[in-house]
Amino acid sequence: MTEFFQSELWQEAVKIFEAELISDIWQTIYSTVLSTLFAYIIGLPLGVLLVAGEEDGVMPIPRWLMNALNVVINILRSVPFLILMIIALPLSRFIVGSGIGTPAMIPPLIIAAFPFIARLVESSLRETDRGVIEAAQSMGATPMQIIRKVMLPEAMPSLISGAALAFATIMGYGAMAGIIGGRGLGFLAINYGLYRKIWIVKWAAVILLVVLVQIFQSAGTKLAVKSDKRITQITKRRKTR
Amino acid sequence: MSSEKPIIELRDVGKTFQSADGELVALEGVNIGIDEGDIFGVIGMSGAGKSTLVRCINLLERPTTGSVIFDGQDLTAMTPAELRASRREISMIFQQFNLLMQRTCLKNICFPMEIAGVKSEDAKKRAMELLEIVGLQDKANAYPAQLSGGQKQRIAIARALASDPKVLMCDEATSALDPTTTRSILALIKDINDRLGITAIIITHEMAVIEEICSHVAILDGGRVAEIGRVEDIFSNPQTEAARKLVYPDGMPVSFLKSERVVRIAFNGGSSYEPLIASLAIDCGVKVNILGADTRNVGGKAFGTMLIGLPNDPDEAEKAVAYICRQRDVTCEEVEYSHD
Ligand SMILES: Nc1ncnc2c1ncn2[C@@H]1O[C@H](COP(=O)(O)OP(=O)(O)O)[C@@H](O)[C@H]1O
Ligand SMILES: [Mg+2]
Repeated sequence: MTEFFQSELWQEAVKIFEAELISDIWQTIYSTVLSTLFAYIIGLPLGVLLVAGEEDGVMPIPRWLMNALNVVINILRSVPFLILMIIALPLSRFIVGSGIGTPAMIPPLIIAAFPFIARLVESSLRETDRGVIEAAQSMGATPMQIIRKVMLPEAMPSLISGAALAFATIMGYGAMAGIIGGRGLGFLAINYGLYRKIWIVKWAAVILLVVLVQIFQSAGTKLAVKSDKRITQITKRRKTR
Repeated sequence: MSSEKPIIELRDVGKTFQSADGELVALEGVNIGIDEGDIFGVIGMSGAGKSTLVRCINLLERPTTGSVIFDGQDLTAMTPAELRASRREISMIFQQFNLLMQRTCLKNICFPMEIAGVKSEDAKKRAMELLEIVGLQDKANAYPAQLSGGQKQRIAIARALASDPKVLMCDEATSALDPTTTRSILALIKDINDRLGITAIIITHEMAVIEEICSHVAILDGGRVAEIGRVEDIFSNPQTEAARKLVYPDGMPVSFLKSERVVRIAFNGGSSYEPLIASLAIDCGVKVNILGADTRNVGGKAFGTMLIGLPNDPDEAEKAVAYICRQRDVTCEEVEYSHD
């Protein structure tokens, strides 16, 4: 055992951890949060539009626009992230002024995530009871009031679990961006684990990623269940397990 | 309390749905006038177009033809903003309650005021008053999921009253409730009608609901108004097949006893039928067979019809017919009656 801790590999790993671990965890969280935020800024209104804009929705939009929206979302959803990232690199260069590093990975992450988020939001909003929307209409609510005060709040628990899922997915994508030098746990695993064969660093990075995803995912689920007023305390306890 | 002024008028309203397999005529040539302060019932079998009819009144469904006049104004000719303003005066409650599940009861009742721009404190104050009207002050901070069906409907009624409406429309509002709860909800609606003078429109497929509180009724059949008028008139003397089916859902029961002559007695609001048959035996010494009866009590008065087999002796039969025809609130007619 002591032999292991005196080994050159371990010494090197410790050196790497000391130099980068905290910063890499931070970079992972920071790039994921930022990307999720921007992806929601685009994806949330789109998801709302996909539901409210339907022919029998509260705010119908022209059929051709709806079709175009669906086509774009489907195309973006079907391109694998790695390919999307390479395609989007020029865009990154244009927006953040660089094609490598952490900032460079954010635009491709947003582009990959917002269609996914639009679909998540769409499916959450579809759960809203039509009858409740109708009741609001019968009270003279405007389409915007129905979206803001009925559809979104009524779907909140589902939207929150959707957000947890989106966050975990984006964190996974972000790890892949280690390839283009986006810092974070993915970079740690790829650069030291894959290229320089320091297996200790590789596994440490993987385990940390798993733990991070777990933490955010279960926090999201807890929050979703806690916010849901449709279910009683007893079923709540069962659901959070 | 009826002031005989139509608050809602449907003029030749028709609604045709376009579906994949052709057109579906849900309403056709519907003319209905509802006076202010009335409790107006709309009854019909499932699929008769009742829900479509109420949804056409507040234009949740836009009629394909005709116009809807509310308080002297044509709703079909309004701009969206004008229509929204009018909708605040026509509240609606539903079979499935349609409460906001993520809001407390108090916040649910505040909702119509919130969207109308009422100040939050004022809305809360009013909501508390409304909770008192429906008898659920203690549920202000409960969520709908914690309430029973009857309580949910009470909250829905309080919410419907929050915009100070002139009309309250109830689409099968008691159909998901048990008979006792149904009674109490109907009593509440009646009370609101009495105290606040709000016109009520009651949609139902249950005769009992109409009997309980309605003053006027329209019978809807296949998207058309089969009969319309005062509840007593329609019930005592249903003219159409659709009306008869609703008034006597089980049909006229028939006994196996054979008689030469059969009369149908219609009760138009007198006392119940048993004393008549009893006094017939006592006063005339004539015994008759009751072949079938379907009478019901509406507000303490008997309505309905009864089939009676007369004695085979012609003199006794005449005596019985004469006796029956002398009674008040009773009409009798001889009917063809098959003996097999
Ligand atoms: N949105 C719709 N699209 C197509 N058909 C409809 C729609 N709404 C109702 N209908 C049809 O119209 C008829 C009347 O329906 P409805 O008014 O709901 O009846 P009721 O409330 O009396 O049971 C039914 O045949 C129903 O299938
Ligand atoms: Mg219906």
